[in-house]
Amino acid sequence: MVIDYLSPDYEVVRNQQRCIACRVCERQCANEVHSYDPDLKVMKSDDSKCVNCHRCVALCPTHALKIVKNNDTFKINANWTNEAISEIFRQAGTGGVLLSSMGNPQPYPIYWDKILINASQVTNPSIDPLREPMETRTFLGKRPDKLERNADGSLKTDNPYPNLELSVPIMFSAMSYGSISYNAHESLARAAQELGIYYNTGEGGLHEDFYKYGSHTIVQVASGRFGVHKDYLEAGAAIEIKIGQGAKPGIGGHLPGEKIVGDISRTRMIPEGSDAISPAPHHDIYSIEDLRQLVYSLKEATAYKKPIIVKIAAVHNVAAIASGIARSGADIIAIDGYRGGTGAAPTRIRDNVGIPIELALAAVDERLRQEHIRNNVSIVVGGTIRNSADIVKAIALGADAVYIGTSALLALGCHLCRTCQSGKCNWGIATQRPDLVKRLNPEIGNRRLVNLVSAWKHEIMEMMGGMGINSIEALRGNRLMLRGIGLTEKELQILGIKHAGE
Amino acid sequence: MQNEGEFRIPSGCAISGVFSRSGKKFNGESIIKSISTMHDRSNGLGGGFAAYGIYPRNKDLYAFHVFYDSVRAKEECEEVIKANFDVNIAEKIPTRRIPEITDEPMIWRYFGLPFEKLLKDARLDEKEFVARFVTKVNTEIKGAYVFSSGKNMGVFKAVGFPEDVGRYYCLENYEGYCWTAHGRYPTNTPGWWGGAHPFSLLDYSIVHNGEISSYDANRRFIEMFGYKCVLLTDTEVITYIIDFLNRKQRLSLEEVAQVIAAPFWSEIDRMPPEQQKKLTYLRNVFSSLLVTGPFSILLGFTGGLMALNDRLKLRSMVAGEKGDMFYVASEECAIRAVEPNIERFWAPQGGEPIVVTLNEGVNV
Repeated sequence: MVIDYLSPDYEVVRNQQRCIACRVCERQCANEVHSYDPDLKVMKSDDSKCVNCHRCVALCPTHALKIVKNNDTFKINANWTNEAISEIFRQAGTGGVLLSSMGNPQPYPIYWDKILINASQVTNPSIDPLREPMETRTFLGKRPDKLERNADGSLKTDNPYPNLELSVPIMFSAMSYGSISYNAHESLARAAQELGIYYNTGEGGLHEDFYKYGSHTIVQVASGRFGVHKDYLEAGAAIEIKIGQGAKPGIGGHLPGEKIVGDISRTRMIPEGSDAISPAPHHDIYSIEDLRQLVYSLKEATAYKKPIIVKIAAVHNVAAIASGIARSGADIIAIDGYRGGTGAAPTRIRDNVGIPIELALAAVDERLRQEHIRNNVSIVVGGTIRNSADIVKAIALGADAVYIGTSALLALGCHLCRTCQSGKCNWGIATQRPDLVKRLNPEIGNRRLVNLVSAWKHEIMEMMGGMGINSIEALRGNRLMLRGIGLTEKELQILGIKHAGE
Repeated sequence: MQNEGEFRIPSGCAISGVFSRSGKKFNGESIIKSISTMHDRSNGLGGGFAAYGIYPRNKDLYAFHVFYDSVRAKEECEEVIKANFDVNIAEKIPTRRIPEITDEPMIWRYFGLPFEKLLKDARLDEKEFVARFVTKVNTEIKGAYVFSSGKNMGVFKAVGFPEDVGRYYCLENYEGYCWTAHGRYPTNTPGWWGGAHPFSLLDYSIVHNGEISSYDANRRFIEMFGYKCVLLTDTEVITYIIDFLNRKQRLSLEEVAQVIAAPFWSEIDRMPPEQQKKLTYLRNVFSSLLVTGPFSILLGFTGGLMALNDRLKLRSMVAGEKGDMFYVASEECAIRAVEPNIERFWAPQGGEPIVVTLNEGVNV
């Protein structure tokens, strides 16, 4: 007989001397890990249900709890790791596809951490952002090839192409209402407005309450076309066609019927209880010329007033794909790296498909310049940006702006337990359960997002000042400001940077 | 040791310029005197001059000044020149042997016009044809380097202190209405004459003091428009930017300044709506041509001179006037040395272009 018992990944350790059996942990845990034993008058825990989201640890008034990695192990084997063995047991038991959430956690190289930033010494001065203007404002969108003049010789100053203006080159990336909660969306929308940046609806439509944030909203059109209608398209500042996502390139999405309730059903414009299935491809885009038609359909529908973003996952041939997109009429290309987050994705795909955003960005920027079409589009990258230094490096490699998703969720309280697919997010983010959703206060969520982006802006300004650069636009594509560390010749060549010491 | 162009060299510098609005011509002695007072701002690794109005007898012909490292390079280059241009004069540029200047290449000049038929076939205007020709020679013929390619103007440069370079080229024998000079303080020893300044394309010549921090952003952008940065110097990329904006995009020099030394957003936001709109548009459209970090440049062109500082004025630059004469230099002493009785002295604001041109009707 085969027994599929799997030892839990994490263990809940309770210091019984500190525990006062107040039962906060029990009430806070949607996974029902904690329980009270009235006979023994002690709290107990079921480790097998714990996802290590740290909600109980953070809220325990006596700090009696900690979660530790379970050191139970199969016989140590470098090839057949505990994970590899457990996954086989799980699949042999269920016949199912393994599901995961959030970005690829595997130990692949993180190129951001192998790139170093320059600073001025002697030959030119660094600039103190506390004393001198330090500009982070930027525009996204196509730029005209030629200037035109009026009959009197004055310059025509109406931009023929719609642009997005950003106070700082950071945007909140697409996360649908449904995959995350109403309160999470409200936090993002309000923060985007306060910061002078944009958030992105994802493919779940735009809740009627949030139309008022439309001038700071990017509305997404994905393969399922959920929630897409004229008012929706017109509500946003820009429209994003989602072709792919870094966490799951080449496949679609599936929001189970049990999550399609109430507002979500109405916002997505599908019946309650029906599964929301986003097909893998757009069934009206089987080739690049079809993309052009969708781009122009959306432009026609919105009177050419909104920039169109095309979002793709970073895959092997990303430079050529981007080159096609840059000629499709799109104004902005968003590229999502293989470490980008997700509400749910097949584990094998998340962990094995796609390429690092650093290499994709460098390749795309260089290719578009070689083809003289870099001015046709702006480049936005995500998946993943973890801090302000990643942003400085991304801009210097050639990005116009970055998308942050996971970082924004962390600011809202996410602890990266990577169990979004269960819908039982104890932090009120990736859930629709009203009792959990209300744990995220949009007022506080907004504040924390504003804090995070403001802090990063300060850091970006300090780093720019150190380099003697006082406008973010003079940093864009400025690869001489970067050096690689511990990289091979080939990696340096792709990144278009020199090695430290060169 | 790598040559200039194989890696990037920061350098500090001295610059000076003298311009006669009335078109009165004067020889190179005063500019040499001016730049030599700033001797300590250069380190002997590069000096040079640009002069306008010096070839009145051939003023309608392009004057190419070329360095050759070898006879083979000269033969190869002359073949290309003769295939493209109707050359009237080909001669050695007169020089004076002095101990301070060594390792000289062969230095030749050619006066000529592109063949009509070639222009027609290429469907290019004359200037674009010449610009492409210069780029081609400089990138494709090893050991040949065209360092001056305008009409009725010329660049003279070498490795050495500028005052020695001036004597070496016998600049007392040339008379122009506008002179600019450059003394270089590079932080290594390139030892290549092409790397000295001014940098010139067509009739634009630039002398520059500074080290721009936006270099690679500017370079990678401008290279999309057919330019090739082979020297990896600030001066080269700034020249191309100005050529692109002024000649190809037809921006006025004031507008060019509004792009490369754009006002801060905080200033633009306070401007009247029309101006705000214009400057926002210019900054947005040419955002990758914003030049940051310290620079002070003198741009010479036919009939005029522009002086421009970076927007924070991180490099010194002062201007002076007396009568029809305009002076500009890194230091005041360089102006007082040639005109002790200056009538007006001022330090131009960061990002504020000073453009002087010949008085109306003046023919040079």
